Amino acid sequence: MKGYDGVWVFAEQEDGKLADVGLELLTKGRELAGVLNTKLSAVLLGQRVKELAKTLIAHGADEVLLAEDERLADYLAAPYTRVITDAVRARKPAIMIFGASTIGRDLAPRVASTLLCGLTADCTDLKIGDFTDNIEKKTYKNLLYQIRPAFGGNIIATIVNPTGWPQMATVREGVMKMGKPDASRKGTVKKLEVVLDLADLVAKVIKKERVQKSVDLKGAQIIVSGGAGVGSRENFKLVWDLARTLGAAVGASRAAVDGGYIDHDHQVGQTGTTVRPRLYIACGISGAIQHRAGMSEAGKIIAINSDPSAPIFKISHYGIVGDLNDIIPRFIEIYRKKGPG
Amino acid sequence: MGFDCIVLAKQVPDTANITGQAMKEDGTVNRAALPAIFNPEDLNALELALEIAEKHGGSVTLITMGLPQAGELLRQGLYRGSNRAILLTDRRFARADTLATSYTLAQAIRTIGRFDLVLCGRQAIDGDTAQVGPQTAEKLGVPQITYVEKIESLGGGKVVARRSIGKGYEMMEAPLPCLMTVVGTANEPREPRAKLLMKFKNARCPSEVTERVRAELTPKDGTADEAAVKTEADRRIRELAKKNLVIEEWKVEDIKADLSRVGGEGSPTKVKEIEFVVIKGAQTRMVEPTDEGMGELLRELIGDHTLG
Repeated sequence: MKGYDGVWVFAEQEDGKLADVGLELLTKGRELAGVLNTKLSAVLLGQRVKELAKTLIAHGADEVLLAEDERLADYLAAPYTRVITDAVRARKPAIMIFGASTIGRDLAPRVASTLLCGLTADCTDLKIGDFTDNIEKKTYKNLLYQIRPAFGGNIIATIVNPTGWPQMATVREGVMKMGKPDASRKGTVKKLEVVLDLADLVAKVIKKERVQKSVDLKGAQIIVSGGAGVGSRENFKLVWDLARTLGAAVGASRAAVDGGYIDHDHQVGQTGTTVRPRLYIACGISGAIQHRAGMSEAGKIIAINSDPSAPIFKISHYGIVGDLNDIIPRFIEIYRKKGPG
Repeated sequence: MGFDCIVLAKQVPDTANITGQAMKEDGTVNRAALPAIFNPEDLNALELALEIAEKHGGSVTLITMGLPQAGELLRQGLYRGSNRAILLTDRRFARADTLATSYTLAQAIRTIGRFDLVLCGRQAIDGDTAQVGPQTAEKLGVPQITYVEKIESLGGGKVVARRSIGKGYEMMEAPLPCLMTVVGTANEPREPRAKLLMKFKNARCPSEVTERVRAELTPKDGTADEAAVKTEADRRIRELAKKNLVIEEWKVEDIKADLSRVGGEGSPTKVKEIEFVVIKGAQTRMVEPTDEGMGELLRELIGDHTLG
């Protein structure tokens, strides 16, 4: 659209620490900006967060748009929306991407609604391409393709936003790969004006309670995961045992979590965690697309399932058809005999 | 005291059962061809509203934007205790993305008038965007509290709610009126009450009646006489009205909506293309579930340092 230019990434931060998803999106943003031959800007709001700009530039930002104010210390929808929409109206970026975190999902829709622009949630890929509107008989060039699964994962949809700019999208953590930072990269820091009314400040955060996650799936190199086929919370012991034997983390499909076999911290998939371990062992997991979306990039995938037609076998490197109640204990036995130490 | 709560709900297609005939040329789903259910987290929102009404007094108004068949969702709300139910139905509302949907819902809420709380589920199981809640809040110019699991206190012109946000919890306070999106772990939605079910099972929206009459009067290979359809439909609606069983139905004009902002017209996002997911067969090596087979596999994995 005329007058709009630039790719923006919301650099989410909390308590002075940058969220991984923002850095992952800068890597992707760098790529999109390259295709469009335009500038990549990171948008950073907070209080005393200026020194984070270095990291954002190292991860690909040409410019950091910085809004520092004590009223922005903690994320709140109204003041953050106000500052961002003021900046968008003044500078007119073509594209703005947010992480689909709790903050991103609270903020991005409010920004899009204020600006009357289009927003696509949970994109699994972003590309630049053309679009021909057959009804209007118009062709638009260099639009952002916002790609995401929909309708229970049965389809992949490509969404475009030809005229409701900026084109906005959210992307979940772990979907885009974080590039290596380059400390030698140069960039500028521009201060954004912070203009807030009393009306923007009526809601407040009274208390925050951080709960330590019981498992770090993102960093795990080996994961043993259980699905609906495991059958019960009691039977999930087999998964725990195999994981312990191999020094692995324990994962689960949504079906297992919904069934109460294990808690949500262990969920792998589109609405859980995206993982890239060296080895992923899927036990009694059918392989629905939302699960595959969370683990398909594992180095090696072994699937154990009694159903030879389970979709998981189509993406696994090794498949064992059989009863996991028989296979897992034997696998453990063999590993103990053959394995190192 | 009492609080006037408005609950936004969506009837969603059962996304586990989509087949080819449910997908249209333009990339949108033919919702009428799928079994439809009350979006789960909207049921949690309704439950929260009903609990507020039970504890503090006040009213619960349930609104949905959808096809005439969404009348069933409204009946489900009436069976559970909603005081009022409104269907927003109009061909012109169709193909709306979240921006157009939130505009339509906000206009309907403005038409209802005063409210203390708007409650809706965090997200719908078909779109999974979680956008309509915050966007409706923005359009109404009210604060939003998303991911609400519990209301800690309500009164004195404000609400304090506990949010469940993945890595922990947060207590947020906002003045009324405000909008809250509710998560599935907030409560166990109640079942329909037998008495209310008996009372409202024959409640219908005018469009539901018209569709039913049209279906009955359509000859095997032809179209129904619209004048006859209207006469009979009006007659049945009058009968229902006598028993207070007509569910309110609003169109574009009833909510004074700007035509350019509803439905496909008001949707900046467009579907460029849809691809059915087809899993391609990969080079999977099937391993025999025997000691030899698994032993060989382990040797390989240890050999290439996949396993330490």
